[in-house]
Amino acid sequence: MAAQNLPGTVGTITNGQPDPNAVLDVQELRVHYETPGGAVIAVNGVSFKVRRGETMGLVGESGCGKTTAAMAVLHMVQPPGRIVGGHIFINGTDIVPLSEAELREFRWRQAALIPQGAMNSLNPVMKVRDQIGDGIETHEGKQPKDVLKRRILDLFGTVGLSSRVYDLYPHELSGGMKQRVCIAMAIALNPPLVIADEPTSALDVVVQRIIAQTLLEVKARLNVSMILIGHDMGLQAQLVDRIAVMYAGNMAEIAPVKSAFAEPMHPYTQLLIASIPSIKHKKPLKVTEGLTHDLRNPPPGCMFQLRCPRAMDVCRQVRPPLRELKPDHQVACHLYA
Amino acid sequence: MRGLTKEYVIRRLFMYVLTIWLGSTLIFLIPRLVPGDPIAAMVTRMQQQAGYVENSAEIIAAWRARFGLDAPLSIQYLRFLRNSVTLDLGYSLTQFPTKVTEQISKSLPWTIGLLALATVISFILGNTIGALMAWRRTPRAVKSLLPLSLTFTSVPFFMLGILLLYVFAFGLKWFPVGGGYGRGVTMGLNLEFIGSALYHAVLPALAIIISSMGFWALGMRGMMITTAGEDYMVLADAKALTPARIFWGYGVRNSILPQVTALALALGGIVGGAVLVEYIFSYPGMGYLLYQGIVNNDYTIIQGVVFILILTTATAVLILDLLYPFVDPRISYQRR
Amino acid sequence: MTATTANAPATPKKASRLNRFDSPWLNSKFIAGLCMVGFAVLLGLIGPLFWDVTLARVASSPLNLPPIWAHPEGFPPPDPAHPLGTESSGRDMLAVLITGTPRSLMVGFIAAGIGLLVGITLGFLAGFKGGWIDAVIRTLCDAVIVIPSLLVLIVISSYVRQVDIVQMALLLALFAWAFPTRVIRAQALSMRERGYVRMARLSGASTFTIMYREMMPNMLPYLAASFSGAVSGAILAATSLEALGLGPTRIPTLGMTIFYSIRAAAILRGMWWWWGFPILMLMLIFTGFFMIATGLDEIANPRLRGLKAG
Ligand SMILES: Nc1ncnc2c1ncn2[C@@H]1O[C@H](COP(=O)(O)OP(=O)(O)OP(=O)(O)O)[C@@H](O)[C@H]1O
Ligand code: SF4
Ligand SMILES: [Mg+2]
Repeated sequence: MAAQNLPGTVGTITNGQPDPNAVLDVQELRVHYETPGGAVIAVNGVSFKVRRGETMGLVGESGCGKTTAAMAVLHMVQPPGRIVGGHIFINGTDIVPLSEAELREFRWRQAALIPQGAMNSLNPVMKVRDQIGDGIETHEGKQPKDVLKRRILDLFGTVGLSSRVYDLYPHELSGGMKQRVCIAMAIALNPPLVIADEPTSALDVVVQRIIAQTLLEVKARLNVSMILIGHDMGLQAQLVDRIAVMYAGNMAEIAPVKSAFAEPMHPYTQLLIASIPSIKHKKPLKVTEGLTHDLRNPPPGCMFQLRCPRAMDVCRQVRPPLRELKPDHQVACHLYA
Repeated sequence: MRGLTKEYVIRRLFMYVLTIWLGSTLIFLIPRLVPGDPIAAMVTRMQQQAGYVENSAEIIAAWRARFGLDAPLSIQYLRFLRNSVTLDLGYSLTQFPTKVTEQISKSLPWTIGLLALATVISFILGNTIGALMAWRRTPRAVKSLLPLSLTFTSVPFFMLGILLLYVFAFGLKWFPVGGGYGRGVTMGLNLEFIGSALYHAVLPALAIIISSMGFWALGMRGMMITTAGEDYMVLADAKALTPARIFWGYGVRNSILPQVTALALALGGIVGGAVLVEYIFSYPGMGYLLYQGIVNNDYTIIQGVVFILILTTATAVLILDLLYPFVDPRISYQRR
Repeated sequence: MTATTANAPATPKKASRLNRFDSPWLNSKFIAGLCMVGFAVLLGLIGPLFWDVTLARVASSPLNLPPIWAHPEGFPPPDPAHPLGTESSGRDMLAVLITGTPRSLMVGFIAAGIGLLVGITLGFLAGFKGGWIDAVIRTLCDAVIVIPSLLVLIVISSYVRQVDIVQMALLLALFAWAFPTRVIRAQALSMRERGYVRMARLSGASTFTIMYREMMPNMLPYLAASFSGAVSGAILAATSLEALGLGPTRIPTLGMTIFYSIRAAAILRGMWWWWGFPILMLMLIFTGFFMIATGLDEIANPRLRGLKAG
């Protein structure tokens, strides 16, 4: 039931005021998908920040609400989903109450998306150059042909695409090239924030590394802030400054990447890190059954209780709030009460 | 290479020839396979009439040669094919010395004009309506009105034609009850004639448009719903392109592709339906000529009209097929 | 796999149980269409029990009577013995509807039945065997679809003036197979790509078994939609031929009635009931089959159901 909304996890400063040091300040975000069988609570009172120039990783298993949270940041949750509560401050402006027309001003200029599934994210009947160009021209007005071309070719240079791609159609590109086109598109307007939703997941391992490298370079060159969504903890360890771990629509832990890997505190984070495959230390795969609760009907208490090896009585009754246990390290777990 | 590849063009040309061959073979063969000899009867009938025509003996001899009634079926068939390829469709039986091609060349422009006008309008209108029906941003009021346009989907053209004729020509007297242009108007490239022809084409065209646009609308609605779920639509939204650009450049542009294929497949049915509309409205096109052929048992007219219409339809489909790669850049890469 | 399903939370199970109650076949358009066609079928089945169908013969009734609720000028007053009026050669319109409707339906059903059988055979063959068989069938199919079939039928029936209903249906079936073949081939192809058919194949099931056990149930909505499309296509073709004065002449069919009315200039004489009732009946039938097909389409593609396109 949507009605029995328990008090959500509490972030550091979720007072409805934007943090001036954060490019993105998400507070108590709630997103529901209205389905015939009840509201799916995909994001359940989540708070996090992205600071200027920082890359924040957002991890969690499939279906935990990463894409939903990311799309909410663009105020673009796909129907039947909608934002039912919370604040999303981008450079100090709360975008939740904005109208469609106001949002169009802000999208892509202030926050761009590198979509999950770049394979199908390009319009198959439009040349690559036109798809990059239309984004630029929509926001900056019509431009002389040669100026636009220069600019697009510069973008190609930044993301490591050959200028040959300029005149091609999407079906003539490889997966890695399509992903680069998406990156080029996202940075075309120099937005302060880029959200990359699993930018590497559909690619083979080598190309994954190359794309990751490209992202790092782009970030260094443009000094954008980035949210990097992904499953691959190994990749995250190399790419991000801070990591946020989501579980079933809730934030489990947010920590600088070093301490998250060195001393994960939330049992779910511990599980995630323990299951990173390693050649040096062969270990049995630690897999817990997919015993997630029904997202339409979250249990009282901790979301992770069904799978948590250390669940206690209190876990079944009280939702653990997200608290800052160490400097810059927030955890939502009763173990540290 | 983009656009037309050699393989594609050859394949389409092959289909073109095959379609025409198949169609004309059917109209040649089946009448000859059924019991009775309508052609013998036809020649007898022609002989009765031809008593009044000069050179009748020669012409009848030529006719006998054309039908080659004494020759074996295979020889007859080969001759028929030769005559078809050279567009030698023979003489009208009822207006004896007139050539069939002569009659057809008077009628064909009317049919092509009516069909092209009606089909283009119906295709554009229907697809736009269908796209709007599936479009998230369509204003509610508009959206609730759109399904009205589907009311007459599936009602055959000619039945709708009868209704329109009754209401707007007989009842309200807004439009003429038939014909291609007004009496006393001279045919030619003058405004009066064009205006009169358009005026006379309104009801027949409406009959075709109203009953076929729902077909396009429904197909388009389905395609737009599918397209709306595509990742590139999400990215287009994220890029904050204008709604109009997303609608036309991303949504419609992609959804229209299967509709073009559907148009090619539906054309045969549309032509058949239009023939009856012309008959209802006494519209001076191929349908009316065909009807007169039926009434007068003028078999050469019937065969000729149908052959030319098959040819026209196949040509239109060929043109659509050859244009298709230009609207869908992927086509040369996948075999359809 | 199985373990997960067994342990899975109640969500998916509940959903599927819900679906069973809320069967997709209970689609409103589908049902409305069935009712329309059902009405037409019933009219032919039980109509003769209540109404004297010999009134459909020429000169069995007074001429030019309007329907009982209409009083057009220049026509004799309506007669309760002929509630839907009569036409200029003395046929009772109600009797014409009762005798004509089932004939139109029958032509459609026979032609579509043959067409669908051929379509299933060729479609599965093409989709399942692939290779040159597929190429031949697909090419033939595409060619036949492009040919304006009505015109070919016009040629044939202008030579063969006297046909009965079965011959007519056979003629129509000549073209009725192409669309079903195309649809079924496409479906068979896409199903072949899906896992379960491949699984069945690996486990050594014969082609035939795979076709009928595995694919048929999934194809049911498509088959039914093809059938209803083919029926209305065949009825349309038959009616069109009749409206041109071709086809069976001895028995009054709906299309033939329209032909007579046009020949007698009924439209311009204001005798709307002459052509109006047959057209109304045919519109009911066509709309009925059309709604059945649309409903089936929604049953097969749940996404079309609402208008929830994003
Ligand atoms: N259109 C929808 N209708 C109903 N529920 C939805 C819809 N879209 C997503 N959900 C639900 O919302 C939850 C979050 O989905 P989301 O796509 O955000 O997950 P994710 O973390 O991005 O997963 P992945 O790693 O697979 O991309 C899922 O449980 C999903 O079932
Ligand atoms: S709160 Fe309890 S159940 Fe939840 S993670 Fe911590 S210990 Fe496990
Ligand atoms: Mg996702």
